[in-house]
Amino acid sequence: MKVDAPVREHPMEGLLRMDRIPHIWCPTCGIGTALTAFASALEEQEVSPDSVSIVSGIGCTGRVAGYTKLDSYHTTHGRGIPFAVGLHLANPSLKVVVFSGDGDLVGIGGNHFIHAARRNVDITVVCVNNFLYAMTGGQVAATSPVTANTSTSPYGNFEQPFSLPLLAQSCGAVYVARWTALHIRRMTKAFGEALQKKGFSFVEVIAPCSTLYARRNKLGTGLDLMKFYHDNSEIRHGADPNDLDIGFQQKIVCGKFVDIEKPTFLDAMNDGYRRAFGDRYEEYGGAHA
Amino acid sequence: MKFWRTPLDQDRLKVPHGEVHIIKDRCKGCGFCVEYCPRGALEMSDEFNVKGYHPPRVTEESLCVNCNLCEMLCPEFAIFCVLKDEPESGEVKQVEG
Amino acid sequence: MKADPKGVLTGAHYIDGNYAIAEGALAAGCRFFGGYPITPSTEIAERFVQRAPLVGGVFIQMEDEMASMNAVLGASWGGVKSMTCTSGPGFSLMMENFGLGLMLETPCVLVNVQRGGPSTGLPTLPGQGDMMQARWGSHGDYEVIALAPDSPQEGFELAIDAFNLSETYRMPVLMMTDECVGHMTEKVVIPPAEEIDVEPRRYTKKPPAEFLPYAVGDDLVPDAPPPGKGYRFHVTGLTHDERGYPVINAEAQDKLVRRLVDKVKKNAKDIIRFEEMDTDGADVVVVSYGITSRVVQPAIEKAKKKGIKVGQIRLIVVWPFPEEKIRELAGRVKTLVVPELNLGQVVLEVERLSAGKCGVTPVTHAGGGVHDPEAIFQAIKEGVK
Repeated sequence: MKVDAPVREHPMEGLLRMDRIPHIWCPTCGIGTALTAFASALEEQEVSPDSVSIVSGIGCTGRVAGYTKLDSYHTTHGRGIPFAVGLHLANPSLKVVVFSGDGDLVGIGGNHFIHAARRNVDITVVCVNNFLYAMTGGQVAATSPVTANTSTSPYGNFEQPFSLPLLAQSCGAVYVARWTALHIRRMTKAFGEALQKKGFSFVEVIAPCSTLYARRNKLGTGLDLMKFYHDNSEIRHGADPNDLDIGFQQKIVCGKFVDIEKPTFLDAMNDGYRRAFGDRYEEYGGAHA
Repeated sequence: MKFWRTPLDQDRLKVPHGEVHIIKDRCKGCGFCVEYCPRGALEMSDEFNVKGYHPPRVTEESLCVNCNLCEMLCPEFAIFCVLKDEPESGEVKQVEG
Repeated sequence: MKADPKGVLTGAHYIDGNYAIAEGALAAGCRFFGGYPITPSTEIAERFVQRAPLVGGVFIQMEDEMASMNAVLGASWGGVKSMTCTSGPGFSLMMENFGLGLMLETPCVLVNVQRGGPSTGLPTLPGQGDMMQARWGSHGDYEVIALAPDSPQEGFELAIDAFNLSETYRMPVLMMTDECVGHMTEKVVIPPAEEIDVEPRRYTKKPPAEFLPYAVGDDLVPDAPPPGKGYRFHVTGLTHDERGYPVINAEAQDKLVRRLVDKVKKNAKDIIRFEEMDTDGADVVVVSYGITSRVVQPAIEKAKKKGIKVGQIRLIVVWPFPEEKIRELAGRVKTLVVPELNLGQVVLEVERLSAGKCGVTPVTHAGGGVHDPEAIFQAIKEGVK
């Protein structure tokens, strides 16, 4: 048992910016766990970290880019996906991952989310869903369950939330999965599959927010939320995305819901131009120098 | 581990042993590792780390089977297991449910 | 380095200003366009998408202007020269992420084909009402580079200059045209590729272990990291230090923001460009830019015929503003006449810099057409008194 200064370093340290650890996330926050799973997925898939670019927006989860030792971009609120689309189209040899929060991706970024999914741009989007806008102090989000208490729904949220897997599937995503922060091994596997999948792949990670969601709703700490996930999540691969709503402290259905094949944006672009121009068209593989 | 029937290959079973490394000063006392270690090999200690949190401590070294669940669950990258070189065969230590 | 011949449509063409700008961009090596349709800029997008497939470029019509601006930034970081085009309402939407481009120090070009404003305004008619927005439209302190062509030919040439400036100073560069220049059809001569100089992306020569994304030399411009080559850089819109890591305190802010401002200010003399005619001994000098600089010609000719000693300054680069020249002129002329297709924007700079040493007469126009040269002539005539 080694409890003093470690002789070895943590296995994830190769993919973390150690000069910025410890990170800013609260005790019992699930984002660190999601990041660990992501780093494991990169290692397991034997993806060269040099070829991976990670783009985050603004928010607690948006800080992930700042802690990951990859080409990383911390962009403006909600605009991670279009930035990633431009990055990918300019340089399709890069594996582009958008790692951001629910408020960032489907609140302000909603328009970009649905169009990138519609176009089936070959990027991977990880949405850490803690049911509110955490960084700014815990405001209601498009994913907050009905009756949840947040700083801008202090009498209980009365709006219907999105079901993110349904949103992603209906917009045309080719890979859609949902796991909680507790399902680390399955989450890691889902990240791996999403990274390898050609097309718009989406993984939702339900994560505990201790300081805001749990505290405001008198649910204890993040550990209590993890225990809740343990007792109330149900794995149903291939479930109908219409049945995946999350009520306040209700059952959470997890699994892989969509895994289909469809031409990506670049596939469709190349096909379209080849049809128009015949032999004169040189297939686009990237315009970077 | 409690078995409800005896596995047929129990005498050939090689259970790995892991060595737990805890980076105490990174810990924020969340308790995920303690709660979800399948072997009960961890518990919260009473000592304080530099930030004022209680890091975990290993209860019984031989319990760790290098499943790496603590390593993966920890949001702070503060705990990991390393495979010890000599796996035993056959015997599995009984632990309370 | 010389232009890639693939993108250069050498020859004499009869095309409108918007098409000419698209051709200029392609000649400069632009191979990514992320845009959103808005009158009167859409022809730039249309020309680009017609030409892009056969020159190895990508066009994507994004879902809105915010997406367009960000896609352009992302593509630029991916190593490709990129651009977008818009008009007033879209320009407003792009402002936040234009600021991101300045903060991340991303080369790219943003063309604003100005129309009547504010709000939906006059979509199909010219204006020059976004000139101050070009300078101050995003939040925080920063400097911009904005070019104003007066013809399709100049639209072609300044598009190339815009890309070169954006690469030299690692920042988004604005082209402020207007609906008139955009939609007027004139002869545009495109030279052979070997006569066109283009500035390549200035990638760092340092190995990853030594490279800092925002470490600068005397020119205050950092070298770019190549993506996907193991540099593992981090860049953020938060206030950051040389490592690219967010640092949230006043010293880091002072260091960073002053450098971003000085990057343009200290290099201003290499960026500022204007055409000066007949200002020696002039009593009145007309300061104009864009389409208005063509409308002043008949007014100036009429004034000269009446014996008025009148000169002119045509701003080719509007921001950074030619402060020294205006200060100098203010010391030796009676009046500076500033016609604009707005209710007085660039004239505010002229007033500030003339510091009361000479008269400053704006000739305003709310937009929707061009000035009547007679109004400008009257201002010149009054300015002699």
